[in-house]
Amino acid sequence: MGNAEITPSLQPKEQKKLSIISFSGDFDKLVATFTLATGAAATGYEVNIFFTFWGLDAIKQKQGRSFVGKGFLGKLFGFFMGGLRSAPVSRLNFCGLSPRIFRYLMRKKNVATLEELVEAAKALEVNMYACEMAMHILGLQKSDFIHEVKDVLGVATFLDISEGGRTLFI
Amino acid sequence: MSTVKLDITKEHCPMTFVKTKIALSKLQSGDILEVLLIEGEPLQNVPKSSREQGFNVLEVSHVEGLVHKVLIEK
Repeated sequence: MGNAEITPSLQPKEQKKLSIISFSGDFDKLVATFTLATGAAATGYEVNIFFTFWGLDAIKQKQGRSFVGKGFLGKLFGFFMGGLRSAPVSRLNFCGLSPRIFRYLMRKKNVATLEELVEAAKALEVNMYACEMAMHILGLQKSDFIHEVKDVLGVATFLDISEGGRTLFI
Repeated sequence: MSTVKLDITKEHCPMTFVKTKIALSKLQSGDILEVLLIEGEPLQNVPKSSREQGFNVLEVSHVEGLVHKVLIEK
């Protein structure tokens, strides 16, 4: 019997690409999303963030509560989703007190605030996309979002874009 | 060829290498970024990630206490 030559299985090398599905819209989870996004982008990764459902709140142009959206229910949700400043913490929100406490602690300890992380993501050209389905439900349009949002996507396109890299759901 | 200074001694992860990357992206080729940083995570990550992205790390030196200086050429 001859020696069998063992050929190592050829694994395609993972690209330096990180895609994040930002679903929750919670303050603490948005901090995690943007920390990962900016950290990866600063170390040479191509980074994509796909904002869907509550995550759409993070990329709204108009800050503060306003009746943005189509239809009565759309406008109602538009009102409750008041942008970054009113994002709740995912646990122990204490009726909106916790985000204020966290922001104070972050400033005091000189850790980047959520707003600083979002600005850094824009400066590092992190690709930001909005989910078509969630936008449709809430009656939102591309013009309701910050101009850095590159495009409105569906699942199939997102899967194409995130191919070959790592994907996280936050 | 000009030198730009960046002090990240008071920053924490990820802003240490995020601010370094943003500062580097604003430089012209041949410019130098002089970064002041602290021992630990910043000292480990800033020179490493700069090299990985093709920047030239000219010097890593100790200044005083926990503060170190890194010279990066674009």
